[in-house]
Amino acid sequence: MLAWTIYLTFIGAVALLLLPISVRAVRFTALATALAGLLISVIEAILYHAIAFQEPMQIIVRKDWIPDLGIEYLLQYDGISLVLVLLNGIIAVSGILFSWNIRHREKEFFSLFLILIGAVYGVFLSFDAFLLLVFYEIAIIPKYFLIAIWGSTRKEYGAMKLVLYSMIGGGMIFFGIVAAYAASGGQTFNLEVLAKFEYPLLFQMIMFPILFVGFAVLAGLWPFHSWAPTGHVAAPTGASMLLAGVIMKIGAYGALRVAMTFFPLGLDYWRGPLSVMALIGIVYGACNALVQKDFKFVIGYSSVNHMGFVLLGMLTLHEIGVSGAVLQMFSHGILSGLLFAVAGTMVYERTGTRELDHLSRMMLSRKIPFVAVIFTLTGFASMGLPGFSGFVAELQILIGVWSAFPWMAIVAAIGILIGVAYNLRTMQTVFFTEPSPDHVMEMPGSSVISLPEKLGACLLISVSLVVGLYPRILLDLIYPSLHTPMMKALIEGGGH
Amino acid sequence: MLEPLYQDIFKAFLPELILAGTVLFVLLFDLGWLSDAPMARRRTVAGGLSFLGCLAAFFLCFRSQLEIRLSQGMLNVDSLSLLLVSVILVLTGISILLAIESLESPHVGEFFSIILLATIGLLILVSSENMLMIFLGMELTSLSLYILTAFDKRRVQSIEAALKYFLFGGLSAAVLLFGLSLIYSTTGETDLKEVYWILIAKGPLPIGVLGMIMVIAGFGFKIAAVPFHLWAPETYEGAPAPSAAFIASVSKVAGFMVTAKFLLVGLFGMMGSAAWYLIRPGWAPILAVMAAFSMVLGNFAAIRQVGLRRLLAYSAIAHSGYMLLGIISQNSGARGALIYYVTTYAAAMIGAFAVVHLLESQRGNDRLSSLRGLFQSSPVTSLCFGVFIFSLAGIPPLAGFFGKFYLFAEALEPASGVFGLFWLVGLAVITSVVSFYYYLKVLKQVFVMEAMPDTRSFATPPFTPFILVLIASGILLLGCFPHWFTRLIEPAMKAHGF
Repeated sequence: MLAWTIYLTFIGAVALLLLPISVRAVRFTALATALAGLLISVIEAILYHAIAFQEPMQIIVRKDWIPDLGIEYLLQYDGISLVLVLLNGIIAVSGILFSWNIRHREKEFFSLFLILIGAVYGVFLSFDAFLLLVFYEIAIIPKYFLIAIWGSTRKEYGAMKLVLYSMIGGGMIFFGIVAAYAASGGQTFNLEVLAKFEYPLLFQMIMFPILFVGFAVLAGLWPFHSWAPTGHVAAPTGASMLLAGVIMKIGAYGALRVAMTFFPLGLDYWRGPLSVMALIGIVYGACNALVQKDFKFVIGYSSVNHMGFVLLGMLTLHEIGVSGAVLQMFSHGILSGLLFAVAGTMVYERTGTRELDHLSRMMLSRKIPFVAVIFTLTGFASMGLPGFSGFVAELQILIGVWSAFPWMAIVAAIGILIGVAYNLRTMQTVFFTEPSPDHVMEMPGSSVISLPEKLGACLLISVSLVVGLYPRILLDLIYPSLHTPMMKALIEGGGH
Repeated sequence: MLEPLYQDIFKAFLPELILAGTVLFVLLFDLGWLSDAPMARRRTVAGGLSFLGCLAAFFLCFRSQLEIRLSQGMLNVDSLSLLLVSVILVLTGISILLAIESLESPHVGEFFSIILLATIGLLILVSSENMLMIFLGMELTSLSLYILTAFDKRRVQSIEAALKYFLFGGLSAAVLLFGLSLIYSTTGETDLKEVYWILIAKGPLPIGVLGMIMVIAGFGFKIAAVPFHLWAPETYEGAPAPSAAFIASVSKVAGFMVTAKFLLVGLFGMMGSAAWYLIRPGWAPILAVMAAFSMVLGNFAAIRQVGLRRLLAYSAIAHSGYMLLGIISQNSGARGALIYYVTTYAAAMIGAFAVVHLLESQRGNDRLSSLRGLFQSSPVTSLCFGVFIFSLAGIPPLAGFFGKFYLFAEALEPASGVFGLFWLVGLAVITSVVSFYYYLKVLKQVFVMEAMPDTRSFATPPFTPFILVLIASGILLLGCFPHWFTRLIEPAMKAHGF
């Protein structure tokens, strides 16, 4: 049934484009499609809970697609995929809620939005490398149009930069997958089979960084992250929620699922340098976020910071570290989505500016207290305050890092501290500054918070809270999946 | 032996004969009975007749089991050549249908009959294994294409383009002929299969090598690979749109196939190797260098273009670079991938040129900025155009993506696992990332930019959008279900022993 998340979303996208319906109907159709996808994934997650420990790997569809090349149409999932599918469903719904007030070419906007969502579902569910690549590339194109048409601030530059980075990543993935396919005898693209094959050492040492970095470009790995801040800033709110919420996760997911499982020896060789790069990303992202003047840039760099944790957690190859990384993907998806919603829609639409300096003169905490509360909660969650999802995730990652590379845990902890600093700074500047009377600026927009905005914000913050208070709800999905043959080899191989 | 011979010749030549008959019919109808009729009617009748001719020949060839080899390989009909003939006929048929509405010249009958003559030449190119016949086919095609380029004789650009094309083409034909004669002088044979054996037996002779290089130069012109590409941008820019579409697509299919056949059948012994670990002299390293330069120059030059036609021309040069991979690779699976690639590429190119023509007839030029806001005024055309361009760029789920994937995967020689062409495939992947930049620049005008308030609405002729949708859905379907086509290619390749 999980396959219907993909099909329904694509059907919705095509229907929006072709049916002659009113703007209102367009919005509701898009919302209904996204809700249906979310509903399906929630139901599947509940059903999966019961069987997670017995049979963590579930096949949905398996059909020959292009038999000459051994390509199958293979949709399959384990707990890791399922967690990310859930994330995608939640981001889809809230992204549409926060795009409610798109006033320009609405049909095309929501249609592209849904194509992107559908392709991301596809990436998380494909267990055939070719199919995964297909969905991955389908996800890239809508991003360009979403940003270039509905974006702001150097939108064409941001969009083109993002697409070219993604395409370079895509080219590397393409090359890595084809090479793995060829080296394993040219029989199949099945991820599990390809992961089992023992490639020669030299081959692994060359191909691993190509495949890993190819995916990690989208995950915002330093120094390939520079598309992220500009892309996020240029994108309209819905699109930047998708970018930070799920697109960066495709990168991290692919790095974990494909690159790391394919080439364990290459991973062993490159693990140190890559971990250092992830670590630099953590500190560099945090430091940059600390000095930005644009509200969205702060959040853009905070994404680099948080995704650094994800990559570092994966590279620990430690059960707790990896599960922390998956949880962090979920948590960051939810929280960054909400942060972008606050900055891009709830604040920007009312103030017309994203300059921290101007915002600090508007006394926003009095005019839009709801937004102030939401942002404060999200900020606390994203700095890793206990009770929110970010805490559990980062704690697990730190434990993992400590057992793998102790000194890195210390640097990462410093990264967390800087994270606290930039979150507090932003919170304080935007919402809680008391400007001197002659500096006060008026807030041009209305202070009424619309219903879709309230719903979206509450949905995201409550998900973060639930996961933070009862992390087993997701960890029960993730842990068994780390013991499938595919992932087990990875974790045990790195444990020595 | 003599008795069945005439029958065989007749059977083997039947598709060509049908087309030749159609040429006469078209001329007869158009110049005889319809010369006073209104233009639209003349175009419909002549185009319709030509299309029917292609259709009849197609149904004769498609999935036919005929196998005939005339003496000296004058015509070698087997499942592979029949498949290629079918592909060429389909593509020609589509070009003809599009030309019905886009032809601007009053010489209707002549136009369609010359297209058909060029097609006959292409059919001979893909089905002959004899050097003489190949040269004849080449000349028949080239001469027809020169005329097609100059067809808009009132436009200076058209004449200029044709002249340049003719000068380059004439020179390259002379070089090709010289090369062929050198090869003949060393082997004393015109049959490619015999040539192969004799060259193997005699070993590499200097004159044979010279002949090989000249042959490569001659074919290099046909497929517009660097450094024999100079005519392409000029010709694509100046030729009337239907002719340019034909030159860019159908003639390219045959050009690649005949190049592959000549080198892989006749000169296989001189292949050499372009693998990184073992570079051996032969035509493979020469083609590899040509491919590398085509990819780089084509893609980077396309970035600078402001006209859609020149952009397509440079991107075509880049595509030639990719497609050469299919010939250079030691892996025989790469030939199958080449057929898939060149076919889907040609389909996308025909569609793109049809849109170029619509653009020119509405806006008066082919500058990228004229595409501005096309999506608002003509969504169907724009979506089809998007499909063509994305397919050229290689975005899934379109055929261009699978073509690239298939070709590059096969070119890496999966069976051996040593990745001889690692460097060239790597370059192809990198340069195709570059190509996204200019393809997206084109589509940005169509989908992102909004029309200026004073632009006229975009009127499309009634019939063309249907054909565009047909091509676009073909590209989409072939991309989603490439097996429909590859399963025709595989057995044909096996039967031929390519």
